[in-house]
Amino acid sequence: MKVLVTAKRVVDYNVNIRVLNDNSGVDLNNVKMSVNPFDEIAIEEAVRLKETGIAEEVIVVSIGSSACQEQIRTALALGADRGILVETEEDMQPLAIAKILNAIVEKEKPELIILGKQAIDGDNSQTGQMLAALAGIGQATFASQVEIKDKSVTVTREIDGGLETITVKLPAVVTTDLRLNEPRYASLPNIMKAKKKPIDTYSPNDLGVDVAPRVQVLKVEPPAERQAGIIVETVEELVDKLRNDVKVIP
Amino acid sequence: MTILVVAEHDNKSIKAPTLVAIAAAQKIGDQIEVLVAGSECAGAAEDASKAQGVTKVLVADHPVYAHRLAENIADLVVEIGDAYSHIMTPTTTSGKNFMPRVAALLDVAQISDISGIVNENTFERPIYAGNAVATVQTSDPIKVLTVRGTAFDGVPSAGGNASIEKLELIKDSGLSNWDKDEIVKLERPELTSASIIVSGGRGMQNGENFALLESVADKLGAAMGASRAAVDAGFVPNDMQVGQTGKIVAPDLYIAVGISGAIQHLAGMKDSKVIVAINKDEDAPIFQVADFGLVADLFKAVPEFEALIAS
Repeated sequence: MKVLVTAKRVVDYNVNIRVLNDNSGVDLNNVKMSVNPFDEIAIEEAVRLKETGIAEEVIVVSIGSSACQEQIRTALALGADRGILVETEEDMQPLAIAKILNAIVEKEKPELIILGKQAIDGDNSQTGQMLAALAGIGQATFASQVEIKDKSVTVTREIDGGLETITVKLPAVVTTDLRLNEPRYASLPNIMKAKKKPIDTYSPNDLGVDVAPRVQVLKVEPPAERQAGIIVETVEELVDKLRNDVKVIP
Repeated sequence: MTILVVAEHDNKSIKAPTLVAIAAAQKIGDQIEVLVAGSECAGAAEDASKAQGVTKVLVADHPVYAHRLAENIADLVVEIGDAYSHIMTPTTTSGKNFMPRVAALLDVAQISDISGIVNENTFERPIYAGNAVATVQTSDPIKVLTVRGTAFDGVPSAGGNASIEKLELIKDSGLSNWDKDEIVKLERPELTSASIIVSGGRGMQNGENFALLESVADKLGAAMGASRAAVDAGFVPNDMQVGQTGKIVAPDLYIAVGISGAIQHLAGMKDSKVIVAINKDEDAPIFQVADFGLVADLFKAVPEFEALIAS
């Protein structure tokens, strides 16, 4: 079985986000970039499927500037077999990304496509579902457990209030939630080996996909700041404020 | 301009986030139709017809919609979607699951988790876990939107009198099958709809100590939450997690106990109306967002707090 995974290049989750003074976006200059953490979980899951003999090949896709090669190399060092870079300087939005991935799915015919449930930059949580719709296949989002059975995949999903288990026919799209697994760290020998693994490069044009943005970002602003409150000295004072000043407890 | 709101419901009644999505729709237009897709869902349809501001309720009542499988719900919404200027649903795990399929099949963008409405095609939404707010404009003919549950006050659930129309559309993709649900039976309110939340962090030291917070929560009728640090340390299960990677909450009162206030946690609770922080470290960042801070040993302060609220 062939498994396709994604590795979106995003601002590292440890970086403090700063909005640019001209409100055109967030500051990406000299900021550490990493693989989207939810995509890392997707890569880990695919590599585990390979290690257990269920998957034969793991292909990793990244879409964006040539710098996305770094994220592909990271995935290759974690155990993916080869990479595909779709190179573009356009502002890539979920629908366009899903169309590109769909073109790659048609080319590569993977039986399982695993993506992060969302990217930590745009927080859209759309791409996997859109890809499944465009490919005309089933989906299992927010997965905390994935089990391949014959021609289908059984997935435990994190839903509001608890868990849901569904079985989806293959080929299918799975998107990962936090508890699915704990991604490994790449070892030095594997980082060296990853440098020799192949990466194919395409443009959206090569794949016949129109990636013109549908949504225009008018401005980006910092969130409204909370007014700093007061420090109370005692528990009595705290309860008194809550009960009599802001009246949030009886 | 007619707006379709896809209801979140449990077949018997509609859930509170649906009322929030209707309220958001009212800021765009006044022709608001609600789709209730479910199985034996007459109760939910009846409920939706009473919500204020709703002009018509559409009901698709069939076993194929019983578990709101994304493929079937999306196909149903797409089938009727052309008639609407906007298609909206709350940002719940169900809404997040089917709505992007709807957008892709209609070949339009989706705007996720809107927190503000500037005009009929311009919206505000949090990005980078709430560390920035983007104002975005779409040129697509149909606007597909999910609505942040804490961003608008829901419309009243009674007082409306919309007509109910049956849809005889059965969409069964055959691509997926529901096996089972494991819904945690909550004796307390659900995190995302609770008006008071008591939350613990790494300062609780272990899972047993969360009993201290539970008794406070019981007295206040509050939901229980936790920081990612407490979840990662194995003190409590993941579904209690409040933050960027957990639940986004905005109760009337949020009591953070032994939580330092990492950015990832603040992203999930800083829209709460009143924030209380109890922490022994006076430099903890949580005090910068708290309305009332108490620098104290939680193991002394929490029992004292509990005794006082009971009196």
